[in-house]
Amino acid sequence: MDTSIKKVLVLGSGALKIGQAGEFDYSGSQALKALREEGIETVLINPNIATVQTSEGVADKVYFLPVTPFFVEKIIAREKPDGILLSFGGQTALNCGVELYRSGVLDKYGVKVLGTPVKTIIDTEDREEFAARMEEIGVKIIRSCAVSSVDEAAAAAAELGYPVILRAAYALGGLGSGFCDNEQQLRSLAEKSFSYSPQVLVEKSLKGWKEIEFEVMRDSYDNCIAVCNMENFDPLGIHTGESIVVAPCQTLDNHDINLLRELAIKIVRHVGIVGECNVQYAYDPGSDDYRVIELNARLSRSSALASKATGYPLAFVAAKLGLGYGLHELKNSVTKTTPAFFEPAIDYIVCKIPRWDLGKFHGVSRKIGSSMKSVGEVMAIGRSFEEALQKGLRMIGQGAHGFVGNKELEVDDVDEALREPTDKRIFVLAKALQQGYTIDQIYELTKIDRWFLHKCRNMVDTLAELQKYSSIEAVPFETLKLAKCQGFSDHQIARALYKDAPGIEARQDEVRTRRKELGIVPYVKQIDTLAAEFPAQTNYLYLTYNGCKHDIEFSGDGRSVIVLGSGAYRIGSSVEFDWCSVNALQTIRNLGWRGVMINYNPETVSTDYDICDRLYFDELSFERVMDIYELEMPHGVIVSVGGQIPNNLALRLHNHQVRILGTSAENIDRAEDRNKFSSIVDALGIDQPKWKELTSLSEIHSFVEEVGYPVLVRPSYVLSGAAMNVCYSDDDLERFLAMAAEVSQSHPVVVSEFMQRCKEIEFDAVADGGNILAYAISEHIEFAGVHSGDATIVYPAQKIYVETMRVIKRVARKIAAALEITGPFNIQFLAKENFVKVIECNLRASRSFPFVSKVSKINLIELATRAMMGEHPAPVSKDEFDFDYVGIKASQFSFTRLLQADPVLGVDMASTGEVGCLGDNFDDALLKSIVSVGYAIPQKGILISSGDALQKASLLDACRLLAAKGFKIYATGGTQRYLTDNGVFCTRALWPSEVEQDPSLAGKFSAALDLLENKQIDLVINIPKNYTHVELTNGYRIRRAAVDFNVPLITNARLATAFVRAFCSMGIDSVSIKTAEEFYQGR
Amino acid sequence: MTNYKKASLILENGTVFSGYAFGASRPASGETVFSTAMVGYTETLTDPSFQGQILCVTYPLIGNYGVPKQERDADGTLRAFESEAIHVRALVIGDLSFDFSHWSAAMSLDEWLRRENIPGIWGVDTRALTQMLRDSGSMLGQIVMEGDEPTSELDDPNTRNLIEEVSCKQPIRYREGAGKKVVVIDCGIKHNIIRCLLATGVELIRVPWDYDFNADPTMRDWDGLFISNGPGNPDFCGATVEHIRESMAFGKPIFGICMGNQLLAKAAGAKTYKLKYGHRGHNQPVRMIGTDRCFITSQNHGFAVDDATLGSDWEPWFVNLNDGTNEGIRHKSKPFFSVQFHPEASSGPLDTQYLFKKFVSML
Repeated sequence: MDTSIKKVLVLGSGALKIGQAGEFDYSGSQALKALREEGIETVLINPNIATVQTSEGVADKVYFLPVTPFFVEKIIAREKPDGILLSFGGQTALNCGVELYRSGVLDKYGVKVLGTPVKTIIDTEDREEFAARMEEIGVKIIRSCAVSSVDEAAAAAAELGYPVILRAAYALGGLGSGFCDNEQQLRSLAEKSFSYSPQVLVEKSLKGWKEIEFEVMRDSYDNCIAVCNMENFDPLGIHTGESIVVAPCQTLDNHDINLLRELAIKIVRHVGIVGECNVQYAYDPGSDDYRVIELNARLSRSSALASKATGYPLAFVAAKLGLGYGLHELKNSVTKTTPAFFEPAIDYIVCKIPRWDLGKFHGVSRKIGSSMKSVGEVMAIGRSFEEALQKGLRMIGQGAHGFVGNKELEVDDVDEALREPTDKRIFVLAKALQQGYTIDQIYELTKIDRWFLHKCRNMVDTLAELQKYSSIEAVPFETLKLAKCQGFSDHQIARALYKDAPGIEARQDEVRTRRKELGIVPYVKQIDTLAAEFPAQTNYLYLTYNGCKHDIEFSGDGRSVIVLGSGAYRIGSSVEFDWCSVNALQTIRNLGWRGVMINYNPETVSTDYDICDRLYFDELSFERVMDIYELEMPHGVIVSVGGQIPNNLALRLHNHQVRILGTSAENIDRAEDRNKFSSIVDALGIDQPKWKELTSLSEIHSFVEEVGYPVLVRPSYVLSGAAMNVCYSDDDLERFLAMAAEVSQSHPVVVSEFMQRCKEIEFDAVADGGNILAYAISEHIEFAGVHSGDATIVYPAQKIYVETMRVIKRVARKIAAALEITGPFNIQFLAKENFVKVIECNLRASRSFPFVSKVSKINLIELATRAMMGEHPAPVSKDEFDFDYVGIKASQFSFTRLLQADPVLGVDMASTGEVGCLGDNFDDALLKSIVSVGYAIPQKGILISSGDALQKASLLDACRLLAAKGFKIYATGGTQRYLTDNGVFCTRALWPSEVEQDPSLAGKFSAALDLLENKQIDLVINIPKNYTHVELTNGYRIRRAAVDFNVPLITNARLATAFVRAFCSMGIDSVSIKTAEEFYQGR
Repeated sequence: MTNYKKASLILENGTVFSGYAFGASRPASGETVFSTAMVGYTETLTDPSFQGQILCVTYPLIGNYGVPKQERDADGTLRAFESEAIHVRALVIGDLSFDFSHWSAAMSLDEWLRRENIPGIWGVDTRALTQMLRDSGSMLGQIVMEGDEPTSELDDPNTRNLIEEVSCKQPIRYREGAGKKVVVIDCGIKHNIIRCLLATGVELIRVPWDYDFNADPTMRDWDGLFISNGPGNPDFCGATVEHIRESMAFGKPIFGICMGNQLLAKAAGAKTYKLKYGHRGHNQPVRMIGTDRCFITSQNHGFAVDDATLGSDWEPWFVNLNDGTNEGIRHKSKPFFSVQFHPEASSGPLDTQYLFKKFVSML
């Protein structure tokens, strides 16, 4: 290894967003661990405060600062590292590293790039360079030929081979484009194409080709291994992040696999990777023809998946290779005896399934394709494809019981739904099979390999077989066994047998009892990287019915504690619960117990087998948790650190004699159940917004008459779109209910008073036996109405009356005592002038736990875990919470990925990630956090549309400040008049509708959309009048254009004001560059 | 749908693994071994080195891509197969794909085994079986169909000369006059070795395992000698070892693979021994001794060369990174060398195919 490297800078990936999520916390954490093991000092830059990698003890120094060349250069100047790692923080870190290299910063400070050289990174990122490199070694890539005549087109097609796709260049909407199977078709289409455009692109059509990935490692001695290969269930055309993926490949034979493996290694050697690399192929289903799609010269989502799929720690090993080690000089961290130079032999199949949250967005298309929209993923492990797929479909947590036996899916046109994939296609597949579509018909429509389709049909057949019986006693042993081997859950079997009969949970218990009597139970198997060829002490486990023996023994000594993890990342539950889970496990282990983790999210650190004594990479379902509980016989189960999934299981587990540690399951239920909680709050004399559960439109109207508009409406049965909405008028209300929800006796709607212009306050705390041990009070910058997961949060709260604080503490103490809380909890309050109301209480860790823990340097999860373990820790002294710096948490949105979605914030959460930065004061912290989520300080022009009268007034001060600082302000109609009337100079910009209705205006004023397109605007402040827009409006078009042209957009007047104040009062150059530890010294 | 016929694998230690029958519905017995290869069942099942063995595949999903049509190339070797017939006695797997999918497939694995009269069992916990073989060592076993009585007479393939069973009976010539002349001692040669050698442009004379090619005037002028892979215990091949030893006197290049490594070692005076459960799979890491060059190799052997018994003119060439066993030997001054792994792969990774070129370049 290179011994000159003593100090290394690691670039993190920042906030989680679509396409770049928790997998980089995992890879970065692994890299830091690898460096630490070598005694190298590590410096980490990552504003993502909820990550494990930014926790104490992972890196030596942490900067909660944006991963941009500007900030990284400042840190390099300050820290003078010997080396830098660019490939562990996703595209963000890679791009930043390339810029630092190009601008000469790395050279200037003598910082060595460890691992793959920057030149190689550039070669692989640039399409032209990459094409040239591949041509040098005769590797085929996807190319298009530009032609300008029909004959040229025919010649190009002959060379590429049919079928080809023609695309008319510069033609909007795909005019003149299409597929051609032969020369005749090509000539006729090309004639048309040339009528639209002088230039036509001819490309080989790879429609229906398979998509295959290889994860390759190479060391500085030129040794290469292909750690894992993976196959997409969905054919080419669907982004690999949007596709169901299996590992290893299922439909390729020895020739196919070794052809692609050999090519991957050839490519990796030629471009000069040192470390880890992902190679993606398109592969012909009818021959051994291939094309290289792309190469990622860095750790990726696929590499995280491959690590979890094989047990081979790619990121850890890649970091060591960056230091100059050879693969043969490192150990296989699972067997600990064999070397890291080997290729894992898998004796199971894994199935990755994406998790979408498209229902959370207005206007977004549900079609999936070449760009990524999913927000998370799950990985399921089984010893049959059916078992893995059904587990996985339950894991994604969107109400599916498996592949079959789900709630009937409404599909207008099955053919079309198969041909045009959406996030629901897998279930359309089940429907089609049940309707009698043949495998060939489905293949023609989907191009999903027939092997997968045959396997899918097996499950349809098994369901039909089960449905022949009407009680569990009647089902033959072999049928029940087969169903379990194919991954049917007890619940799914109960539904098949008892149809829609009431009391399904009790029926599920009957199925469970019966199959246990028959000896049909799951077995625990290890993931050991070598298919049992060598003994391995691995604690990385899964359960399967395709087995007859456990790989491990169960001591039954009651010295283990099971922690339930958080499942798939989704909007509202993400890396923060991973941090909570990891910290709970660490505390359990530090207290001398064995920590057992159950989770199935491959993007997490909690599913790293180093983190716990046993990792069950399996379902967080009642059935599976019971299976594991009965085998482990632990001291108890912790349900309060993994978000809502484990929380929801608490009562049912408790009813089956599972010992829940911390707050009792009954009390969790009293907080979760709206009615129960409401009566507790009333009994304690605590104020709450008025609400009612209503079953008819007339009831709703009379309630609204009582409380007045606006109201918050939460249907229990959502037809489409968002799960809740704020309604400002009768019109709003009726439209929302008609379009989105069903109101009936069986599907009541909860309507609550919606308080406007209130502060929202978060109370995160830990209690023991009902006494509060520690708490953190933080406030939202935005007024209530923006979901707490989207709001910008300040901790410690800066602008709350002392009186309000006092009331909040008093109320929280009462609630903690009444619910006898032991463990973490969170209460949300509304505050306005002299009243405080409770809106929600969760007896679990909240999203903000890592944020407040890291700002205060008081680990609330550690404290909560100690309380739950019965340690009765002492309360934290109040002085500990007295510090002279500020933490601000800002949200990351991924609207650019969600075509057509209205980028507006409301009561439903829309952000995909967050950052948290520390600052010497409010402005310092705010600027850092806002820049960390992709905003820049405007230099050119600001476009303002400021909403209704109240909002206009509240933005006025900020506008004055901007004008005084000399910023160029553009404003739309009413805003322009209002600002001008109030003495703020601004230029009128036209609404899209003004341009359309009166073209003569165009000569006098600039159109807002043109300003955006021409890059004359670098900040848009667009305040919607209310939260009910669904139709295309002027505001929507401007907001969407801002997102599409990548111009920073703020839609909240309070946040806009705070941001404007911050950048007007201090420049970006004067923000403080300090490590977390340096801030902590001010405590 | 659930009327599959049951069958079981009974090991000599009495352990029963039950599952469902596929392929030929008949009993079989032999030495039970496992392979960790995830693809390549058509190549593996037809590899003569598996003669007499019941094969357990650790990867559970088998049969996915079916079985290709039997097509011969111009030299008469079978594409995608390694010999003329299935050599394993029986196949033990987790989950069988009755329905297959691949453009080159002509039939299912189930149908192929039926045609070849080879029994199979699916639905077995192959991981548990593998652990048992790993811990107790390879052992004899038998396949018993439901309703049949197990036999007490288990066939032990290690007690007889398996190579004799799989070697060709007469010399076979390939591409006469094509170039340098290589004599190939067929101990159960895989077709892909023939293809790899032919691809280098040489002429091949494939001879039976005990054929005295130095006494045959039509062969005596060979330029290189190749010793193939083969099944079982090298101790049965005294005749072959004798012929190799005689050939060394000429100083012409000699190259061996797998059994060829063991036989060359014996000709050099070294000893071989039986491994507890052998190396069978596609992920065996080897290192070229004295260098940092490592390769992932395909392997299939139950015996190994004892490095310590190599004469002073010889040295170990490759070593297995997992367990430190010998993976190849070479003469210190003469062009004699051999490897324990399979550079021809098929099935498996192609990292070491360059060795064929290396051999031919020395002729």
